[in-house]
Amino acid sequence: MKFSGFRVFAEALRGHKGWKPLWRDPAPQSEYDVIIVGGGGHGLATAFYLAEVHGIRKVAVLEKGWLGSGNIGRNTTIIRSNYLLPGNQPFYEFSMKLWEGLEQAINFNAMVSQRGILNLYHSDGQRDAYRRRGNAMHLTGAGAELLDQDAVRRMYPWLNFENARFPIKGGLLQRRAGTARHDGVAWGYARAADLRGVDIIQNCEVTGFRIENGRVQGVETNRGTIGAKKVGVAVAGSSSRVMAQAGLRLPIESHVLQAFVTEGLKPAIDGVITFGAGHFYVSQSDKGGLVFGGDIDGYNSYAQRGNLPVVEDVLEGGMALMPRIGRARLLRSWAGLMDMSMDGSPIIDRTPVDGLYLNAGWCYGGFKATPASGYAFAHLLATDTPHETATAYRLDRFARGYVIDEKGVGAQPNLH
Amino acid sequence: MLIPHPLLGLRDAQEFTYLGDARLIERPTSGDEADLAEYVFQRDNPAGLHRELWFHEQGDRSWLVVTRNTLTHEILGAELARDVALARKEGTA
Repeated sequence: MKFSGFRVFAEALRGHKGWKPLWRDPAPQSEYDVIIVGGGGHGLATAFYLAEVHGIRKVAVLEKGWLGSGNIGRNTTIIRSNYLLPGNQPFYEFSMKLWEGLEQAINFNAMVSQRGILNLYHSDGQRDAYRRRGNAMHLTGAGAELLDQDAVRRMYPWLNFENARFPIKGGLLQRRAGTARHDGVAWGYARAADLRGVDIIQNCEVTGFRIENGRVQGVETNRGTIGAKKVGVAVAGSSSRVMAQAGLRLPIESHVLQAFVTEGLKPAIDGVITFGAGHFYVSQSDKGGLVFGGDIDGYNSYAQRGNLPVVEDVLEGGMALMPRIGRARLLRSWAGLMDMSMDGSPIIDRTPVDGLYLNAGWCYGGFKATPASGYAFAHLLATDTPHETATAYRLDRFARGYVIDEKGVGAQPNLH
Repeated sequence: MLIPHPLLGLRDAQEFTYLGDARLIERPTSGDEADLAEYVFQRDNPAGLHRELWFHEQGDRSWLVVTRNTLTHEILGAELARDVALARKEGTA
C-alpha cells in the first residue's frame, strides 16, 4: 500500500475503509540473519537500512513493549546538525541530509519541518564560542549564521532581551534544522522495514544471549529462543541492563530527562529556540502546544519519571527567556531514560563478543541522530566496518584516550 | 527526594550535588592504566538498589553514601562516606 495524495482522496470517497495495518504482527521464526534488540527509532531505522541498502531482509526487530513506547515517542522532536567536534559534526550532518530525503525514502509523512534552530548567546565569550561552532558547521556544509541582537529582534521581538542577569546579545542560526513528528518517524521506519520483509515482533523481551566460544548464537526471549548470526543492540537507557546479560560493563549511566507540553495555542513560535544561559529549548507543535525541556534530573534512574526540582528549574528557564510562556497552562509532563555516556557522545561498535554489536550512549540527543544511527549501525552489521561518518564512535575510545567530549566536562555523565 | 543525613536528619536532595556510584571511593592503587580506565569510565549502572555518592554542598559539605532504588527513587539509607571509606580500609588492612 503506497501512500499518496491520490490515495487519500480515493479513500475519502470510500469512507476510509481501505486502510490496512501499517505492519504485520508475525510470530518469531527460529533463525534470522540479524536480530535487532529494541524497536525504537534507532532499531527500526537499522532494520530498514539493512534491508534497503544492504539487501539483508531476514531480519527481526525485537521490542519488549509496544513500538514507539520508549524515547522515540518521548523526545522534544528537534533535529539539527550544529555540533563542534570533528568526531561528531560530519555524522550529524549526514543525519540531517537523511532527514531531508526521509519521507521519499520511506513513503511516509514524518512531518519533517526545517523551521530553523536559534541558539541564543548572552555574552562576548559565548558569541565567540558560537562563531567557532558555526565555522565548524560550515566545514561540513551544514550552514550557520551568526546573528546580532537586531537580527534576533526581527525574528522574535517578544524574547526577554533586557534580562538583567542574561541579556540576549544574539544567536547562532541553523536554518536547515527543525522538527519532525517523532512517532511518525517510528511508524514510517517500521512500515518501510516491514514492507521489505523485516519481522517486527512486539511484546518480546530479550532475557539473555546465547554465546558459545565467544560468539553470539542468538537470544533468549519470553517468546522462546531465537537464533541469529548477528545481534545488534539499540536499547538506549536500558543498554547497561541488556549488555550485562552478555557479561559487559559499559561506560554509561542511565538518567531521567523530563519534557513538557502546554495546552494548544495559536501560532506563537515558528522555529526552535534555545536559551544559552540556562538549559531550555522550545518549539511549537503543529497541534499548537509549546514543547519544551531542559536538564536531566542528574542522578541514576530507571523510573521514567522525574522530580519537581527540575520541573521548577526548566520553567524558570522558560520564564527568563520568554516571560509570556507564563500565561500558558502546562498540559502534560513526562520522562524517558537517557543512556548518558562518559563523554556525552554515542557508541556504534562491535563488542568483545563476536557477532554482538552495540548502538548506545546517545545521551539526550538521540532523536536527531535516528536516520544516521540506523544507517551507520546497518553498515557496521552488514560489513563489519564502521560507516565513514561514525569511525570515532568506538567502545574502546575511553580506555585509549580518544573521548569526544563536546562540553569538556570529563567522565561525569550528569554534566553532559 | 529527602536524604536522611546521619548528622542532620532529613534534608532536601536539592541541597546536594550528585557524583555517582559509591565504588568511586575505591580508587585503584595498582598504577595499572587499564585498572584506572575501568575505574574512571565503566559503571555497573544497576536497575534497583544503587549505592551512590552525594555531596552536601548547600549544607555541612560532607560526602554521603546514599542507598537508593533507581527504579522508584526510594531512599533506603545514608552513611557518611568517611565512615564507609574507613571501614573499608580496616577491612583490607
